[in-house]
Amino acid sequence: MSTPLSWRTEAARQLGRRRTKWVFGILLALPLIFVGAFALDSGSSSGAGGGGPADGGPVAGSRMVDVATSGSANFTVFALLVSGELLLYVLAALFAGDPVPAEASWSSLRYLLTAPVTRTRLLASKLVVGYTSVAVALVVLPVWAFLVGSLFYGTDAFTIPGGGSIPWSTLLWRLAVAVAYLFVSVLPIGAISFWVGVGTDTPLAAVGGALIVFIVSGILDTIKALGRWRNALPGHYARAWLDLLSGSEVDWSDMRHGALWAVLYAIIFLALGFRRFGRKDILS
Amino acid sequence: MTRAHRAVRRRCRTAGAGVAVSLLGLAGPIAYAASPAAAATSPSVASSVIRVPVAAEPGGAAVTLDATVYRPADGPGTKHPAVILAHGFGGSKADLASQATELAGDGYVVIAYTARGFGASGGLVHLDDPAYEIADARHLVDLLATRPDVELDAPGDPRVGVVGGSYGGALALMTAAADPRVDGVVSLITWNDLATAFFPNAAEPAVPGPFKQLWASRFFASTLGGGAGAGGDPAKGANPLCGRFDPTVCRLFLAAAETGSPSADLLALLRAHSPAPTLAKVNAPTLLVQGMTDSLFGLDQADATARTLAAQGVPLAVRWTDGGHDAPSTTATADNDAARAWLDRYVRDKGSRSGLPVPAFTYALPLARLQTTTRLATLPAYPGLTGGTAGVTDTTVPLAASAGASGNGRILNPPGGQPASVTTIPGLAGLTATLPTYRLAALPGESTAFDTTPMTHQLTVIGSPRVHLDVQSTGATSTFFVSLWQVQGSSATQPRPLVAPVRVTAAPGTITDVAVALPPGTYRMAAGSSWRVLVTTTDSSFANPRQARADVVSLAGAGLELPATTADPATTEATRDTESIGVAAAIAALLLALTGSALWRRNRRAHVPVREDLTDVPLVVDHLVKTFKDGHRAVGDVSWRAERGQVVGLLGPNGAGKTTTMRMLLGLIRPDSGTVHVLGQPVTSGAAVLGHVGALVEGPGFLPHLSGRDNLHAYWQATGRPEEEAGFEDALAVAALGGALDRPVRTYSHGMKQRLGIAQAMLGCPELLFLDEPTNGLDPPQIAAMRPILQSYAASGRTVVVSSHLLAEVEQTCSHVVVMHAGKVVTSGTVADLVDSTDTTVFELGSAPGHEAAADRLRRATGIRSVDLVEEDSGRRSTVIADLPRAEVVRAAVDAGLDVVGVGSKRHLEEVFLGVIASAQNGDGPTTSSSLIERLRQVRAR
Repeated sequence: MSTPLSWRTEAARQLGRRRTKWVFGILLALPLIFVGAFALDSGSSSGAGGGGPADGGPVAGSRMVDVATSGSANFTVFALLVSGELLLYVLAALFAGDPVPAEASWSSLRYLLTAPVTRTRLLASKLVVGYTSVAVALVVLPVWAFLVGSLFYGTDAFTIPGGGSIPWSTLLWRLAVAVAYLFVSVLPIGAISFWVGVGTDTPLAAVGGALIVFIVSGILDTIKALGRWRNALPGHYARAWLDLLSGSEVDWSDMRHGALWAVLYAIIFLALGFRRFGRKDILS
Repeated sequence: MTRAHRAVRRRCRTAGAGVAVSLLGLAGPIAYAASPAAAATSPSVASSVIRVPVAAEPGGAAVTLDATVYRPADGPGTKHPAVILAHGFGGSKADLASQATELAGDGYVVIAYTARGFGASGGLVHLDDPAYEIADARHLVDLLATRPDVELDAPGDPRVGVVGGSYGGALALMTAAADPRVDGVVSLITWNDLATAFFPNAAEPAVPGPFKQLWASRFFASTLGGGAGAGGDPAKGANPLCGRFDPTVCRLFLAAAETGSPSADLLALLRAHSPAPTLAKVNAPTLLVQGMTDSLFGLDQADATARTLAAQGVPLAVRWTDGGHDAPSTTATADNDAARAWLDRYVRDKGSRSGLPVPAFTYALPLARLQTTTRLATLPAYPGLTGGTAGVTDTTVPLAASAGASGNGRILNPPGGQPASVTTIPGLAGLTATLPTYRLAALPGESTAFDTTPMTHQLTVIGSPRVHLDVQSTGATSTFFVSLWQVQGSSATQPRPLVAPVRVTAAPGTITDVAVALPPGTYRMAAGSSWRVLVTTTDSSFANPRQARADVVSLAGAGLELPATTADPATTEATRDTESIGVAAAIAALLLALTGSALWRRNRRAHVPVREDLTDVPLVVDHLVKTFKDGHRAVGDVSWRAERGQVVGLLGPNGAGKTTTMRMLLGLIRPDSGTVHVLGQPVTSGAAVLGHVGALVEGPGFLPHLSGRDNLHAYWQATGRPEEEAGFEDALAVAALGGALDRPVRTYSHGMKQRLGIAQAMLGCPELLFLDEPTNGLDPPQIAAMRPILQSYAASGRTVVVSSHLLAEVEQTCSHVVVMHAGKVVTSGTVADLVDSTDTTVFELGSAPGHEAAADRLRRATGIRSVDLVEEDSGRRSTVIADLPRAEVVRAAVDAGLDVVGVGSKRHLEEVFLGVIASAQNGDGPTTSSSLIERLRQVRAR
């Protein structure tokens, strides 16, 4: 007798779902959409200088299109950058938060629990599969973007928008660290979504609730009067992984802070989620 | 960080008022940790205001200085070392209050005073004139020597240090030169030679360059703001433009502002009012702090002072901050600590210890992205601006004309000097950082640029990058401005918002080779980055020549010479990462708390014992109670049991607590009290014994995207039990879905799902089968087919619990019933016992009329409790309840005239059901069945 609701069983329950297929479909389409969008750019507006990304970071002063299309390395980073703004957070909220309320809305949750699967085991399997899906999405996106980028823009090494370049040998491990950091930094929103999700029968409430937390946190982050308190906001260090790509040396302090905060929030909300579900009367 | 923020905020607030900005710019780096509020209430420091009479003005007007003495609040007999604090141009002693309080707290007697010509002090501004301002400071040293609480090195020689920034920084150096009694000097962001500061020339410092007009104008504006009438009296012929300026200084400055070039008199005066001529006499150990965001007194000024002092062996430390007159230092706390260490070593502990208290050279690295405090690095010796010592070596990076530059280096000085390129706005470096500065600086036709090849490896430049240019001009004098930018795509950014002004005098048309020292500072040149030398004919912060001129500027030397170190500068990062430590500690504490609470809960958990005596009983429900959070008591003390081979019907009206009970039997709802045992094992959430239970509760639940077959397999996989135990074939036979089995469940009808749900419950042939409303959605043939399935299932020694509203169905299917009402069991037993009873006799009546009257007669007979007449399609029946033997009841009925054609003892379950509920709901008083039905129809109120 093997363990009830093994990870493989749970994966089979989730992978066949339409939402999973849609998400991965969008991820695969995204780089192609970028290529199409850049192809529409005539390049005639070069004199304007065009602003750069909203953060006023190192890309300011040069055109986004020129940076992103200068090679597969830049294209990959661009794909990660734009999806890191919101898409990855939605994915984490969806994959980590939706499985329990989805089962509840199908009425199948009660049958799983009487199969019997213990509540802790049920949550653990769903979380492992959910977060693994996030991780897979986070690996698929850059790898696919790299392939698409190589095809359309060549395999030039990464050129830092602020000047300089990073050779592939260095870039590879930095991208791996960046992906790992992105994964850690989306843990809290997944955990919040999970916590909301185990208390509700509506998957939308879980994902929406977590995103609202994230958006409110983002609004608070723009209020300078909060000073250092903003460091504690989920998502404050969301862009810290760009430190990996800003030069030959890496300033780890923001990534360290971001990862620690993310782990703290993830533990808090996951623990709250387990507690809530463990005590809950299943009425769905 | 917070302080830097505060400083920036303060700057932003005052940005509207030009005068305020200029004052703040001058006092910029002297921001101290002690807040003014804390200073005012500090209990250990006493302060007193004094007026110090000093030398009269040239015209004979008496002058007194406004000063405050801060001293440690201890006994008057204790002697302390002393410090004289001098403020920046346009400021007053009020700027020094927090710093003075802090030093007094460290054990110094501190005199903070307002210089002549400013604030509440009398007299005019002579611009650090040795005969006036410097003499005033010496007078303060005299004063300190007479104070009983000041420590003396010798009679009339107090132990004293002089500290000041900008205007006060030059005063500190000049006082130390003029007065050998000074024991230590801390001089911040100040000048070495006022002539080279206001007329700088980065090619030939000895030759006056273009006039730094914007800064000069700010000086005038600030003295006018100080009160025009206080000094010169317009009625006596004084120039009202000059405010409290000394008339001579004022006149020469105004002349220079008009012509753009200095008179010999002005140059002589400026030079005399500088530390440079008298530095040779300085013996006091000196700490020089100079900022890299300082377009007024750049690093070159401090460098000149440092070279002179180092040559004469004076103990010396140099510190480059990222602040200056244009911006506050981001490391103000560390800068302040260095100053205090310097005073402690050379003034308080004079001569008792050797060696510098701070590194000989400390420099701020460029502020990295997202950083709020720059990193500081040190070298064991001061390398100067051109390197060559202490690991700072010259590297040459090839330069070539920038691809974006046009005109082959031909640049035009526009007639009238307008428009002028903008590199920095004095006092507002933070503002230009947010502007697209490169396009404001590199005006077409007035600028040319040279780019380096991408850096092959990382360099940290410490000092002044240099470039050789060939200049050919149509004018006798050519003026241009050179600045250093980092190329960023099609644009460029300026890490240090400074320009190097150059003035070359040569016959028109001849080519002159000019060596230009670019603005000194620290630059981080990443591997792969490329850098740009921008040459412009104009700069908005200088007085630009008004005569039109065409120059040709081309590269002369090999490239850009960089005094740099390739080593990653060892940083003095002593600041602990409190954020990381705090959050990591929180994580550790949280994990500890979670582990602890998990262990505690495991021990505390109410352990329901295994009942060995019940191991053969499929289900025992014992005193179950459940009250929901909203106060609704759904189940109150329910007890019943089911044995092997039984089909138990759980009956009750809506809201009787059937489903809640069912959910508690499955561990989905935690009972408030009471226990459920299945085969002797207690049932809790997810208990392993639930593997012996199959259930269909409140409708089936399936994954909509899987087929019926896949759903059953997915469910069975979730149990983790071996595939062969499932008995899929038997279950699929129960479902009888045929070809629909391989369609996704979302396409199923309600009845199909219901049958699949029953099949799922029967997977693995559980000992105990719970079916909640199993016939829901089934059509009559399916219902009929379900009956023998359940009965044969129970006949195999297993147990089936069915809840249903269909009483006729229950009556036919079940062997036992449990009737619940309002959360309680009102009756239970075999179906046969319930429908059969001794006090009840059921008559089948014929079609003869008059039975109503007959029934009335019967009711009046002795021993008859009740008579019910029921009209049905199948016939007319009467149920009589009596306290008589059945034979007598029959006789009484016949006597009463009922047309009896048959006699029986069995009632329908429906009657039993309504009867027991009626008696449960209303123990006393008769109830008619119609009103009871109406009441039961109503939803049970919560």
